[in-house]
Amino acid sequence: MSTPDIRERIDAFPTHRIGPYRVRAGRPFPYGATPVPGGVNFSVYSDGATTMSLALFERGAAQPSAELEFPPEFRIGSVYAMTVFGLDPENLEYGFRADGPFDPERGDRFDAGKVLSDPYARLISGREIWGREPDRDDVYPYRAQVLNDDFDWAGDRPLRIPAEDLVIYETHVRGFTRHPSSRVTAPGTYAGLREKIPYLRELGINCVELLPVFEFDELDNPRTDPVSGERLYNYWGYNTVSFFAPKAGYAATGPFGMQADEFKSLVKEVHKAGIEVVLDVVFNHTAEGNEQGPTISFRGLDNATYYMLTPRGEYYNFSGTGNTVNCNHPVVRDFVLSCLRHWVAEYHIDGFRFDLAAILDRAPDGTPLPNPPLLEQLAYDPVLRHTKLIAEAWDAAGLYQVGNFPDYGRWSEWNGKYRDTVRRFVKGEPGLVGELATRMAGSPDLYQGRTSSASVNFITAHDGFTLADLVSYNDKHNEANGENNNDGADDNHSWNCGEEGPSASRDVRELRLRQMKNLLTILLTSQGVPMLLAGDEVGRTQLGNNNTYCQDNELSWFDWGLLAANADLLRFTRALTAFRHAHPVLRTRDHPTGQDRVGSGYPDVSWHGVRAWAPDWADHCRVLAMMRCGRHAKGGSVADDHVYVAVNAHWEAHDMELPALPEGERWHLFADTGGILHPAGTEPELQHPGRYRLGAHSVVVLVGRASHQTTA
Amino acid sequence: MAFDVQLRIDDKVVTIELSGELDASTAGEFHQAIGEAAGAGAVELVIRAEQLGHLSSAGLRSLVFARQKMGDGVRIAVIGASEPVARTIRLAGFDHSIDLVDA
Repeated sequence: MSTPDIRERIDAFPTHRIGPYRVRAGRPFPYGATPVPGGVNFSVYSDGATTMSLALFERGAAQPSAELEFPPEFRIGSVYAMTVFGLDPENLEYGFRADGPFDPERGDRFDAGKVLSDPYARLISGREIWGREPDRDDVYPYRAQVLNDDFDWAGDRPLRIPAEDLVIYETHVRGFTRHPSSRVTAPGTYAGLREKIPYLRELGINCVELLPVFEFDELDNPRTDPVSGERLYNYWGYNTVSFFAPKAGYAATGPFGMQADEFKSLVKEVHKAGIEVVLDVVFNHTAEGNEQGPTISFRGLDNATYYMLTPRGEYYNFSGTGNTVNCNHPVVRDFVLSCLRHWVAEYHIDGFRFDLAAILDRAPDGTPLPNPPLLEQLAYDPVLRHTKLIAEAWDAAGLYQVGNFPDYGRWSEWNGKYRDTVRRFVKGEPGLVGELATRMAGSPDLYQGRTSSASVNFITAHDGFTLADLVSYNDKHNEANGENNNDGADDNHSWNCGEEGPSASRDVRELRLRQMKNLLTILLTSQGVPMLLAGDEVGRTQLGNNNTYCQDNELSWFDWGLLAANADLLRFTRALTAFRHAHPVLRTRDHPTGQDRVGSGYPDVSWHGVRAWAPDWADHCRVLAMMRCGRHAKGGSVADDHVYVAVNAHWEAHDMELPALPEGERWHLFADTGGILHPAGTEPELQHPGRYRLGAHSVVVLVGRASHQTTA
Repeated sequence: MAFDVQLRIDDKVVTIELSGELDASTAGEFHQAIGEAAGAGAVELVIRAEQLGHLSSAGLRSLVFARQKMGDGVRIAVIGASEPVARTIRLAGFDHSIDLVDA
């Protein structure tokens, strides 16, 4: 039998002609624009449109070169699909024009005067250069483009590092290298971040979590700095314009339309360094805002499908930003799922952190659902099967779900209670010893029946004080944001150590350094997944501003000069991450039980006070020590040392009686935040085997293992 | 300067010399030359870019096309690319699949 020559096969041929364009009925799936042999397939969904047209622009042209109305026979269900032949994808921008009723009370807001961006656009032009003033009269400001799938991944794929082994580093693509001190080729870009991979490796993190990289408009903030009069930006990017497209303004090659390649290249190289990439994604609202906001895409395609509307057709505002995405509508669920699959399959993304994720479990009328179908669907999706799913388990309308976010055995959470407890304890508040123990053990009270990686532990994140500011300011100082200091959180649980802001006092500065080390040490020795905020390892300050969403300047940017200025803190942080990686007992999958299940003679976790085996849970107490028995590491499957962490939040020193170790083993000193550090593996033995004097506001970490005779 | 492509096949080494502006309107000629190089069974493709002026996104994509068309075993060297051109290639991460060589 002869094989047919497949080169001669015709997959699709034009059946219709619209003006000079040869077309045929397209394929409804996938949505968006897809290159097919000889042309491009376009597909868009709209339930209420009366007519739908495809607007074609030559790249950068003010007006469309053609508008092709979808013939009735090109509509299947409510999906309009057309293949257009002979287009040059390189030189093409496209959008849709949907006509239909404008009847807000019924939820319809069609506007045939607008060219709408494709919600599934893989590439967006119009904002290629960060901060450049656009043509405000442009009939089509965020222009969809066709993306070629021709990136060479060279064998790369998502890394699948076990969640409990992660050390997450939260950073901002632009802010990480925009500061001139970064000395990278292209500051503030994906390529710039790529140049800093060696720094990330040395820091010992194995996961970078990027603030939003889906296309957004940094110029959609109307405010100005009240003092300087300078423009304020939407710097963080929590206002998505296009969910499938990487932000072009973050790419040095954005003007060439190469942002997807540059971002993929970043992911590939980060993976080579053994570091995962998690994206902060914002599905709770869009950049279209409320009734006064711009019509970009969803509003003009199917307003009532994509947004939660009141019975009178107004926008529900559970996000605090004007609108709320109708996440549990079947069509929107499908959109969110397709989007995440796209980022995992096309960009090899390892995980997602969902901004204001509590909104994801609200019904179309806003009621929280016990079994939200979207969360279940994401948890069981085949493509997302090994993707990390992290919820910011609250929203802006009072739904707080830390500990009870529907998890389906898959979801982890930003543990806000961990943050608050550790901050309050370290600052010296009484009555928290018991809760600190629970938080350091992985918050089993919140995550019973789940693995300890359900808890993403953090003390600082982009939203709030930096670590340095947490120990330098009692109050927020957000005047530069142009809202009379009314924006940003008020409950920061911060302590300035005696003076508000920069201090000339050596005592104050030393105490602040110690407090930063205390907080980092607790974070890196707690059970759960630690997350660091970029810059905290070098004491980055925002001068007390705890809401720098709008500050595209030195206030937000990572100052690389701090590496030398705060070398001691950086060295300490690196040693802590190395210590965590060296001690699997801190990264055990299951919560510790306080029992001895491996016959080591020690419980997996035990609690101590000034006296060994006698923790003081009293309200007035400010001292707690935790011992982890290394024989229990990873359920007893790997060998590890004993690890002892004592926290003294009291203003006086205490003599800590140390728990006795097995015969032949001695306590070794890894770190004392009062100024001692011995990298993991080189710790000297304690001179006094049974006691340790722990200074005021200090944390000590000891390692129990066989004696090697060098003493500290 | 008008765009021009010169193709030279020297045993298993194919040299493509580019001059002028490589953009969407001229990329087709370059693609055709790459196709001929692939057909000649080249083990090395040398792209001489000393006379290349502007490189548009379409031009940059042509390098991706060359990589795909030539296959993994073939070395692709771009010689004498101007600094803006070389910089764009590096930033997009393409320097991992082709060699950038000074003239």
